[in-house]
Amino acid sequence: MIESKKPYVKPTMIKLQSGLMNKFGVSPYYARKVRTAIDGVSIDELVKRFGSPLFVFSEKQIRNTIREAKESFATRYPNVTFGWSYKTNYLDAINAIYHQEGSIAEVVSEMEYDKARRLGIPGEDIIFNGPHKSMTALKKAAEEGAKIHIDHFDEIDDLEKVAAELGKELSVAIRLNLDSGIQPQWSRFGFNLESGQAMDAVRRIQMGGKLRLNGLHCHIGTFILEPDAYKTQTEKMVRFAYELEETLGVTIEYLDIGGGFPSKNKLKGTYLPPDVSVPPLDTFAEKISEGLYNALKPGDFPKLYLETGRALIDEAGYLITTVFASKRLPDGRKSYVLDAGVNLLFTATWYKFTIETDREMQGLGEPALLNGPLCMNIDVVDDGILLPPMKRGTRLILSPVGAYNVTQWMQFIEYRPAVVLVTETGEVELIREREDLSDILRRERLPERLRLA
Amino acid sequence: MTNNRIARLAVNEEGFVFDPQTGESFTVNDTGKTILKALIESKAQEGIAIKLTEQFNVSHQEAQADVRDFIQHLRAYQLL
Repeated sequence: MIESKKPYVKPTMIKLQSGLMNKFGVSPYYARKVRTAIDGVSIDELVKRFGSPLFVFSEKQIRNTIREAKESFATRYPNVTFGWSYKTNYLDAINAIYHQEGSIAEVVSEMEYDKARRLGIPGEDIIFNGPHKSMTALKKAAEEGAKIHIDHFDEIDDLEKVAAELGKELSVAIRLNLDSGIQPQWSRFGFNLESGQAMDAVRRIQMGGKLRLNGLHCHIGTFILEPDAYKTQTEKMVRFAYELEETLGVTIEYLDIGGGFPSKNKLKGTYLPPDVSVPPLDTFAEKISEGLYNALKPGDFPKLYLETGRALIDEAGYLITTVFASKRLPDGRKSYVLDAGVNLLFTATWYKFTIETDREMQGLGEPALLNGPLCMNIDVVDDGILLPPMKRGTRLILSPVGAYNVTQWMQFIEYRPAVVLVTETGEVELIREREDLSDILRRERLPERLRLA
Repeated sequence: MTNNRIARLAVNEEGFVFDPQTGESFTVNDTGKTILKALIESKAQEGIAIKLTEQFNVSHQEAQADVRDFIQHLRAYQLL
């Protein structure tokens, strides 16, 4: 009789490693993470409506995070504006939310610039960064009054030509790189401060007579876990601004201190969980304002721009993926084939995501490997995780994946999935359709002579 | 199976498994213990899957797949 049968738990057999410290335990039951819904919408419903894999963004989380970030800075310094870093996630709907929350746009290419303009952002509310700005892009941005941040001496030449063509003086900023006390020191962007290169750039701009320097920009790195680095950076930028004023009569109206604040993601190779290792944004705001007040003259409050990306969006993004198959590897580990891999999770190279299941799992945790769908050996989402045995069809929810994945994802082998937004009232809106063959073929041309039929 | 260490395994009711040949020890869950004991008794793979479906609330297809996977796991531990 069926009633007399015992409940089934998939078989497991774990080797006991006596004498070795096992700091993670054997995936204790209480440590397993289950997520049945995102902002009240069930995982099951999301997959039924939009398929798997599926990127899901929480509008509530996005808005709450940007509001908290703005409060952190606005309560410490009176003149702060956030610029939404397009490259972190430039889906129209995501950009629009940040713009509704008062952020201007920070772009690093002509494509991103065009995307911001198309959304209705005026040129004057666009910060144009990056080492590659074509003459067409520069001219457009200059005509529309964008804040152009110069990366190299060649760009000074280019902008002078644009200024001559337009017949007007252009306001510009330069990007600095400097020693903020951390490694690696990002030195490939902008002009180096300590070597005198930045001063040379300003002299060069003055000598040309076609550009007017009114801003300084610097972005010290990414996923910076040391808040003091920002204090050092800010102090150095302010001191350089005053040096320019005193020696060359240049008035710096704004400082753009970039971004690089970490999200609650877990860098591979780190031991502590992000809740312990990642300082809160308040700490960064505190250090930055300390740096400003240490160096600024009383009553001087130049505009401060921030280009925060990752810290604002990462935790608002989830990827739902499904266990498609499983197999036992010769070394005894279990390999799960998921329907999402590194084609969608570019950041899997550096981060160990939080992995939740859509249901309670029974059985002992065993060492497992999470592989994606690509017929490529590199397609590894996680190569060292303890998971209880999972059935085909089990959904995994990976997070935080809101930063960089839906911009750096690849159209490679598989179609890219749909992206949805769960609104503050719990509605689900499609913000990017799943791709089909027409997306792949739209730009291809098959010469007539190669037609097979 | 010439290097069959499985027949010498000591398996207790709580799922503790000891291999006297190598000194290695393992832990198995209830289902794993059922399969392991059946293998020690030299039961065939298909017979074990049927036994699982009789004892546990599981489909034949899932039981077959899990027995196959468990045997591969034992091979990885060089117990089979």
